[in-house]
Amino acid sequence: MKRILVIGSGPIVIGQAAEFDYAGTQACKSLREEGYEVVLINSNPATIMTDEETADAVYIEPLTPEFCERVIAREKVDALLPTLGGQTGLNLASLLADRGILDKYGVQLLGTPLSAIRKAEDREEFRALMREIKEPVPESWIVESNDDLKALLDHAPYPCIVRPAYTLGGTGGGIANSPEELWEIGQRGLKLSMRSQLMIERSLLGWKEVEYEVMRDRAGNCITICNMENFDPMGVHTGDSIVVAPSQTLSDFEYHMLRTASLKIIRALGIEGGCNVQLAVNPDSFDYYVIEVNPRVSRSSALASKATGYPIARVSAKIAVGRTLDEIENQVTKTTKACFEPALDYCVVKIPRWPFDKFTTGDRTLFTQMKATGEVMAIDRSFESALLKAIRGLEVQSKDLRHPKFSAQSEEELKTSVRQPTDERLWAIAEALRRRWPIAEISRLCRVDKWFLVKMQNLIEAEQALGQPDHEGTEQNVARALQLGFTPSQIRALAPESPRLEAALSNRSSRPVHKMVDTCAGEFESKTPYYYATLGRDSDDVLIELNEGEGASQAVIQTQIELGVSSEAR
Amino acid sequence: MSAYLVLQGGPVLEGIPLGAPGTTTGEIVFNTGMTGYQEILSDPSYAGQIVLFTYPLIGNYGINADDFESDRVQAQGLVVQEACTVPSNWRTSQTLHQFLLEKGITAIQGIDTRSLAKRIREAGVTMAAITHGPPEDALRALQQAAAYDDSDFVLSVTTKAPYAWGYAGKEPIESDASGYRAKIVVLDFGLKHNILRRFAALGIRSVVLPATSSAEEVLAWNPDGVLLSPGPGDPARLGFAVETVRELLGKRPLFGICLGNQLLCHALGGQTYKLRFGHRGSNHPVKDLIDQTVTITSQNHGYAVHADSLAGTGAEITQLNLNDETVEGIRSTAYQASSIQYHPEAAPGPWDSRKYFVQFLEQISKN
Repeated sequence: MKRILVIGSGPIVIGQAAEFDYAGTQACKSLREEGYEVVLINSNPATIMTDEETADAVYIEPLTPEFCERVIAREKVDALLPTLGGQTGLNLASLLADRGILDKYGVQLLGTPLSAIRKAEDREEFRALMREIKEPVPESWIVESNDDLKALLDHAPYPCIVRPAYTLGGTGGGIANSPEELWEIGQRGLKLSMRSQLMIERSLLGWKEVEYEVMRDRAGNCITICNMENFDPMGVHTGDSIVVAPSQTLSDFEYHMLRTASLKIIRALGIEGGCNVQLAVNPDSFDYYVIEVNPRVSRSSALASKATGYPIARVSAKIAVGRTLDEIENQVTKTTKACFEPALDYCVVKIPRWPFDKFTTGDRTLFTQMKATGEVMAIDRSFESALLKAIRGLEVQSKDLRHPKFSAQSEEELKTSVRQPTDERLWAIAEALRRRWPIAEISRLCRVDKWFLVKMQNLIEAEQALGQPDHEGTEQNVARALQLGFTPSQIRALAPESPRLEAALSNRSSRPVHKMVDTCAGEFESKTPYYYATLGRDSDDVLIELNEGEGASQAVIQTQIELGVSSEAR
Repeated sequence: MSAYLVLQGGPVLEGIPLGAPGTTTGEIVFNTGMTGYQEILSDPSYAGQIVLFTYPLIGNYGINADDFESDRVQAQGLVVQEACTVPSNWRTSQTLHQFLLEKGITAIQGIDTRSLAKRIREAGVTMAAITHGPPEDALRALQQAAAYDDSDFVLSVTTKAPYAWGYAGKEPIESDASGYRAKIVVLDFGLKHNILRRFAALGIRSVVLPATSSAEEVLAWNPDGVLLSPGPGDPARLGFAVETVRELLGKRPLFGICLGNQLLCHALGGQTYKLRFGHRGSNHPVKDLIDQTVTITSQNHGYAVHADSLAGTGAEITQLNLNDETVEGIRSTAYQASSIQYHPEAAPGPWDSRKYFVQFLEQISKN
């Protein structure tokens, strides 16, 4: 094996964005490091991966089987790596295999076998596999008559979702909270369905949504890169959810129960490379359900990769050509192996970026279909300051938790805004906290975990304290606000002008330091980490090697921009 | 109000009081686990130590009634960046602060824990003191404190009286012992409950004996095998335990965990040494040289087996740490004795190494 074809990510569309360019570029570099020649095909020239130096040969051609075949023939490609270009790459590889093109040219498929990918993506096959390995999937039933429905009333889990089959846009469905409601909605649904068929499924609305990024190599070694907890509960697509890493409200037992389940799944599927497992977790018990598996590098992998410093795509590419995790070097520390689990000593907050400022008439309601077109990620030593950094990075109208739309709303209107998931709900929740609605009431409406709400309350209290006329406590209020992550310019905007305010802001302890994302929480020395700004005792030594000094410092600056730390912000 | 953390020969750091008022001393060590503070605080292997967590937000899911690894708090103190005041988890019964206060544990928050962990990484572990009083209190306490390396902790953490652990958990030794696949004796040098829970889950009944029990007393229970438990401190100070293990060699299959691994090493004629800052966390990769698999392990140890010292003892190295290539497991096939340096019982940490409990069960079932 000498020449490897990498399929790029194609056009940037909603739900599949530039993260696959990032992954594909890493993969190409990684394969060339291993001594392979890389041929790249991508229809999107506005990507990093199509830069001349990324691959040995770059084809900017439509991502169709016909064009792929021509590239395979012309470049005498020995192998194909499809798992790093998102769904586009996978689908294309599938077509090439089905049409016998891979066999015709003797092209070996690298990474996760297609059969494993199908097993993960086909709903019925996946459910069967989960039953086989005793991992819970949400129960569901097909109901085709009133008798079927009657028989189900006693043992259906409530609430449950009723979906009539073959109706336009799912009309006639609904959520049943009791046998009475199920009977009513079910009967109506059976009449509306063209084939008199209903699908009834356990509703997980309001459960915690937790994700695990896991990796497996051909030898069967499995690791977790990172887990993530969604701020928005089940019901909102994870791409549209605010996400934190690592999880905050899971105990050690729960963390490892779900980790064990995720590793069991990646083993059972036989994935070779990275994989994302999504789980719904009951906030009041140990119950959980496996929702979905992405058998490839995904949007979440890109987030996990940047959140931890672990180069998921790079390592996945090496696994695809047969290397095992214990052979691959940890690129960040350069002293340890890729076979370990990153330890974070900071909190990561991701907020999606929606295009509603461009599509002003778009429906802002969020549900299970992703609407975001991008995301920002922020890192800090507390949730509060990471959240504020992320908000500043969004480049939306609000630079903090204030929003004129919600401060103008009536109590009733605000209730709806808190209940209904939209791109602006974060600010609606903030307004509810500002009006001192009880946390329990807000949590009941939006089903966001109390942990997040209390942290937001800390921010609102700091904001309100700053708004007081200047008094003896000003200095303390400013110190607290800085600690929580407000910037001096934000503090000046919130607090009345005073010499005390200026004195507090010029205090030496309000200057940020820079700490490393080093994959190991400081346990080992790191050679190529990146940095985030925070308030703290001291900075990590900035390691810039002389011969590549310029490149290294550029990398640091670039990362800070990605993290939403603009010079204005600090 | 301020609290202070003073490191021997190091800085005086100002923070915010957490837990019970007072002054405490211990060897300061850092743990990189992102969860598991409750298990860690109650793990007897942390006796004599002040634990610093590198993860900045500690106490997020509070304290619950189930996740204790022993009957009390074993760590001497705690250092965190931020202790959560309003935890959120369905099992939470207390906040971290309430719990520490109730148990009389003095702790400190508001410390830049990354900065301090790096210092420990570079300078090695050292003695430290936390005080909620003036910093002079900490300095004075530090001067008076016995060095960790010169202290015996096993005798203070081991059980005073024998007890049993079966399907129903802890029970009097004379309770019904029928219906089990095997029975073992556990020598308690600083045992974690989850080891006993794992055994019970496999149908093994454990009789737990004090650390000072003789080989004769162990054998009097006619066990199918013997577990050498984890525990705190320097194994080289535990001559009496090494002697017991040596006498048990070949009489019953032995399985050692953590300190148990180091005791087995000494009993077989090997040596141990102190690591600069130890291994404490839930993410250490270990390669099993027998089946070539790599597992992510839960670790908590300050001492390690000296690889070269095993030459000529008949013992072989079975597992290695992939980060620093230290010894993570040894065995002596002649004596049917094996041990591992990390924590297959997890709590906290990954559950990947449970297979070693099964292997031990298979071994004792063969005899």
